[in-house]
Amino acid sequence: MSDAPLAGQRSRSLEDTPVRVVSARVSLTTRLGNVWSRRELLLGLIISDIRIKYKNSTLGLFWSMVAPAFTLGVYFLVFNVFLKNGYPNFVIYLFSGLIVWNMFQSSIITATGVIVDRAALVKKVSFPREILALSNVGAAVVYFFAQLLVLVIVVGALGHAPAWKFMLILPISFISLCLLTSALGIVLSAINVYLRDMRHLIEVFLQLWFYMTPIVYSYEHAIAPHLQIRGITWVYFLNPLTLIVVTFQRVFYVNTIVHSTVAPHPIIDVLPTWSFDRFLILNALLLGVALVAFFIAEAIFGRLEGEFESEL
Amino acid sequence: MTTVIEVEGVSKKFKIHHERHQSLKERLLHPRSGTTEVFDALQSINFTVGEGETLGIVGHNGSGKSTLLKCICGVLKPTTGEIRLRGNLAALLELGAGFQTELSGRDNVYLYGAMLGLSRKAVDGIFDDVVAFSEIGQFIDTQVKFYSSGMYVRLAFAVAVNVDPDILVVDEVLSVGDERFQAKCVDRIMRFQQEGRTILLVTHNADQVRALCDRAIVLDRGEMIADGPTRDSLRIFREHLLADAVEHDPSHLLGTVHIESVSTPSGSFEVKSGAGLHLDVSVVSQTAYSGNFVMELFTHNGLLVSRSDAQGAPVNLLPGHNHVAVDLGQIPLLDGVYNLNVGIVDPRGHNVIAWSERAATIQVTYDGREGGIVELGATIRQQ
Repeated sequence: MSDAPLAGQRSRSLEDTPVRVVSARVSLTTRLGNVWSRRELLLGLIISDIRIKYKNSTLGLFWSMVAPAFTLGVYFLVFNVFLKNGYPNFVIYLFSGLIVWNMFQSSIITATGVIVDRAALVKKVSFPREILALSNVGAAVVYFFAQLLVLVIVVGALGHAPAWKFMLILPISFISLCLLTSALGIVLSAINVYLRDMRHLIEVFLQLWFYMTPIVYSYEHAIAPHLQIRGITWVYFLNPLTLIVVTFQRVFYVNTIVHSTVAPHPIIDVLPTWSFDRFLILNALLLGVALVAFFIAEAIFGRLEGEFESEL
Repeated sequence: MTTVIEVEGVSKKFKIHHERHQSLKERLLHPRSGTTEVFDALQSINFTVGEGETLGIVGHNGSGKSTLLKCICGVLKPTTGEIRLRGNLAALLELGAGFQTELSGRDNVYLYGAMLGLSRKAVDGIFDDVVAFSEIGQFIDTQVKFYSSGMYVRLAFAVAVNVDPDILVVDEVLSVGDERFQAKCVDRIMRFQQEGRTILLVTHNADQVRALCDRAIVLDRGEMIADGPTRDSLRIFREHLLADAVEHDPSHLLGTVHIESVSTPSGSFEVKSGAGLHLDVSVVSQTAYSGNFVMELFTHNGLLVSRSDAQGAPVNLLPGHNHVAVDLGQIPLLDGVYNLNVGIVDPRGHNVIAWSERAATIQVTYDGREGGIVELGATIRQQ
């Protein structure tokens, strides 16, 4: 056993090391600083999450691509072969919204229960607790990229060119998605400690949310005309996922107006005909909102965290 | 000396729910039912620990010592007050709490390291030491769920002590593993001491505190009742335990027996090494009682030299003054000052009926050539 490096008087003096403070109230900047300083732990938890999910499976992470690819195949059969809703390449439209939704949904469902599930850890090891919820979001991000890869392959295979210019907005949209998902996940994980029904409630609510987001239908086609008459288009965009999903669809599906593949080939408005600038501005605004939401979530979590030990 | 830990006015209140309504339905149906009681686990605790000190925290179960430790580690947040820390801290609290049983030992070492604040690279650096110390060997790549409880704890301990902490917090974990591993752990803690690290040791094992700590604080029902040199604190702790036991004593025996004094016929506690000493222990009892008599002898720096009792023969106390004779036939000790504790326990040895800490101080003089504590009288010759 190599005991040598530790033996002898330590040369390191503690005089100059910074002082850490443990107290009831922690300022928001300290909270964020603490999370940032433990990013290695966040990474470790994400890796272990993924490892555990695919433990003892031969294909491992590959499954996170196989499963969505298979789903894609089924959708292709349903919408392009049997049901024929008239949208050309509807699979791409559907899948570009679905990967956003999958990331959101799986993060929220796992994060909501995470503090209760990892109570043993929370009660015994010191680290910023929101990292647990963030690690669920992190794992979902990894699966998101696996699905994105599948989408890119399918887009290429179908010979469909994405909107290259709009792709510049994609990172902004994606960061907003991560921030919003984290914000909601962090808050729900804390609420679930006090109100254990949250987990079941959110599952039901997510089903409703799914249909409030234009994933399996077109916003422009099905919803916009009705709202425009009353001048309340903005109501629909109160759902922050709408803009993100529409941006992804604009990038990968590209076509704002298509000719139906079903006779008599009427014109369908699939996506908003907004300019690049409008997309950019809206997404930048959303990023701002997402940042604020994340800070608020951190503050709420800080308040709720204080009495976890009495409830776990 | 740099102050490493500063605990200032720390209080901790817990809410105890008597009727837990955690589901929505129950909350809606019983909006006001379920009483919540506030329990003061810690009440304005103040102390500081300097760099390189080893501080013992003693107290019986429920005295708040684990709560205090968890506050210092940051697992719990104090309700009021502040704790200021310098340097990184590794806690040996309920070892292996952070383990993911589905993962291999190797993955868990990295994960646990990250929890203690180490980077992946830093864990790479200590990984071999961890495996060697834990004696896990080839099982390091086995899923932790197949580990025995001993292996589990050994691995966790090995990570925690190899992270090079500035402050090490140890909570009752020295009772894990087999005896050999325990010795190894104590060894490691002593080396940490020599290296000038700061150690907090929480235990209700007074012997361990005596052996490892320079200073101890005593907690009782959330309040700090002593802070000082180990032997003074331990005396207060024992007296307190006794007083506490008197309150909860079903047979009302406690407090009825009192050890008044220890004397010698000559009045002097100085003795030459190898000579004998006759001690006369004066015991006042209010009732007739038959129990076992115990004596302990410690060196002045707290090492237990001997603990002996009346060897099954009970001491029969009568109401009034009693005298118990303790004959130390030949004291084989080398020169030094030795502290004597005497006490009376019930025949099964479960409860202390009366106790006197440092009832007498014995001065031994020795003019031979041997060094240490005890004279073995070895003869050395060439064959």
